[in-house]
Amino acid sequence: MNWSSATEFWAMGGYGFFVWGSFLVCLLVMVVEPWMAYRQLRAAKSQLRRQVLAAQWIDEEKGTAQ
Amino acid sequence: MSRIHWFRFASPAAFYPLAGKMIPLFWLLTAITGLAGLWVSFFVAPTDFQQGEGYRIIFVHVPASWMSMFIYLVMAFWAGVGLIFNIRLASMVAQALAPTGALMAFLSLWTGALWGKPMWGTYWVWDARLTSELILFFLYMGFIALQSSIDDPRRADKASAILALVGAVNVPIIYFSVKWWNTLHQGASVSITKSPSMAATMLWGMLIMAICFWMYAIAVTLIRTRAIILKREAHTDWVRELPEMKA
Repeated sequence: MNWSSATEFWAMGGYGFFVWGSFLVCLLVMVVEPWMAYRQLRAAKSQLRRQVLAAQWIDEEKGTAQ
Repeated sequence: MSRIHWFRFASPAAFYPLAGKMIPLFWLLTAITGLAGLWVSFFVAPTDFQQGEGYRIIFVHVPASWMSMFIYLVMAFWAGVGLIFNIRLASMVAQALAPTGALMAFLSLWTGALWGKPMWGTYWVWDARLTSELILFFLYMGFIALQSSIDDPRRADKASAILALVGAVNVPIIYFSVKWWNTLHQGASVSITKSPSMAATMLWGMLIMAICFWMYAIAVTLIRTRAIILKREAHTDWVRELPEMKA
């Protein structure tokens, strides 16, 4: 074990700003990027669902008109 | 024994559900290797005799840098396959890889800057290694911009594939830059030809984190590939008949 206390751990031997600045930005990217990718996928799905639904309505109206 | 017909998965209709099944597996692998890697990075790997605790940036800097180069080669490969064999899915995978590769290049530069400041006294220097990595970041941005600036997706695929293939020459330049030029950046800590110049636990931490970044990149790329497939195959019957389109 390298650390005798939590304060020592966060201080990182005086390099705290640089070490945590690196790890936190990596973590941030790895949370935001999947969130955006999932949002993109959800948007594509909901748009398609609306298109399928619209096509169904048009078919139904054609059916009643005949 | 029934044989698996791998080429079947070159069809977006077969790949879409397969990708959906693989994503949770890669998230699980990302989580396991991430926790193990962080544990080794902070609690197992010893303090460096020269750089103190500051060297721990290596555990994210090296994986991000490796992935930025590796993803570029994979992206150029699939873009090339899409261009030569006219396989739509290959081009879609290349398109899905680009944002992740760009972010890895960004993380490499960002963590490198934060490592450079305490060790070299500067966040940035126009050294061959740093400059070629910055060019890699711009190549990713160029690929993304070119892809989105052409309306016809197949034409966009072809134009961006050529950019990706020409840009691939930059990857060996980044890799060998520390040998070819006199750089401020240190030489490779790990190489295929000689034994690594670092403590075993440091090396293991770095390798486990690299696997974590790799699994992460696969997971997020598969999600993006699924979104791209839905958008570009919206006119097809198989997309309209997917279970998630009902209800």
